Amino acid sequence: MSILKDEDPRIHGIKTKIRVVPNFPKPGIMFQDITTLLLDPKAFKDTIDLFVERYKGKNISVVAGIEARGFIFGPPIALAIGAKFVPLRKPKKLPGDVIFEEYTLEYGRDCLEMHVGAVQLGERALVVDDLIATGGTLCAAMNLLERVGAEVVECACLIELPDLQGRERLNGKPLYVLVEYQ
Amino acid sequence: MLVLKDEDPRIHGIKTKIRVVPNFPKPGIMFQDITTLLLDPKAFKDTIDLFVERYKGKNISVVAGIEARGFIFGPPIALAIGAKFVPLRKPKKLPGDVIFEEYTLEYGSDRLEMHVGAVELGERALVVDDLIATGGTLCAAMNLLERVGAEVVECACLIELPDLQGRERLNGKPLYVLVEYQ
Repeated sequence: MSILKDEDPRIHGIKTKIRVVPNFPKPGIMFQDITTLLLDPKAFKDTIDLFVERYKGKNISVVAGIEARGFIFGPPIALAIGAKFVPLRKPKKLPGDVIFEEYTLEYGRDCLEMHVGAVQLGERALVVDDLIATGGTLCAAMNLLERVGAEVVECACLIELPDLQGRERLNGKPLYVLVEYQ
Repeated sequence: MLVLKDEDPRIHGIKTKIRVVPNFPKPGIMFQDITTLLLDPKAFKDTIDLFVERYKGKNISVVAGIEARGFIFGPPIALAIGAKFVPLRKPKKLPGDVIFEEYTLEYGSDRLEMHVGAVELGERALVVDDLIATGGTLCAAMNLLERVGAEVVECACLIELPDLQGRERLNGKPLYVLVEYQ
């Protein structure tokens, strides 16, 4: 992993805790496993603190987390900055009225859903997930929020895979990541 | 919902934020939707605080959360009490070596997986989920932890459906809930 100039000293500890699992879920994929980070209370806390320090006091009222690993990092950030947490889920998991956004996968399509009424016009929102790869899921998440009139302030991920150029797919929205994997 | 004698004053506010959605995911089920609680930063914080106050300083080193709604409540508790967070997941989601425990559903069975090596012999653990119904999933979670030699100190849920008698299924393990729905 690259070490960035002027990097916060906590970043190195976080990087070393991410486990790369080859050939998961299929051959050729180097899977970035964040569960090993969650086993280290200090590294997990540092991860959350880095995001909280960036977003506290910026009038962000919504943290939207993408199922399922966005559910691990989003809520602690939301709690610390005083924002609501909005889960963005796979189809048929949220009860009641939802809106959905389709996005393409390598083979086929998938869908992300959000509750109607969870987010109001004019709210300032973050989108949180553990990792950005192609950016397809993050894009769908941003679209859901923008469709209800929220302003997506930034997308926040622990890990970026820059070779997959997800950053370019975000339509100019800022992306903040702690770690790049090349 | 019941109001219990000597109930912490925060509980009432939490109860009122849980939305009951009839006939989801199928006819006859009154679904307990906690997403409306997550939209209220104070109620969400109170929820976490109630668990943290109960478990802080009790030498609990593991908080295991059941996918997916246990991922929302487990990590904030883990962070606040200085424990590791261990996700217990549906099949094929965790990379690398896992152990699994099967449990029965109304029709058929399902499986919960945990990473090998995530939890050590002798660790004191909590299991966290949003709700206990029949107790099947919580039982499977407890079994995973006990099979690797951890001590399950308590199961912690926001909501209990007492008519489904999940509490009895927990083999004598303590269960702590904030709210009952009858």
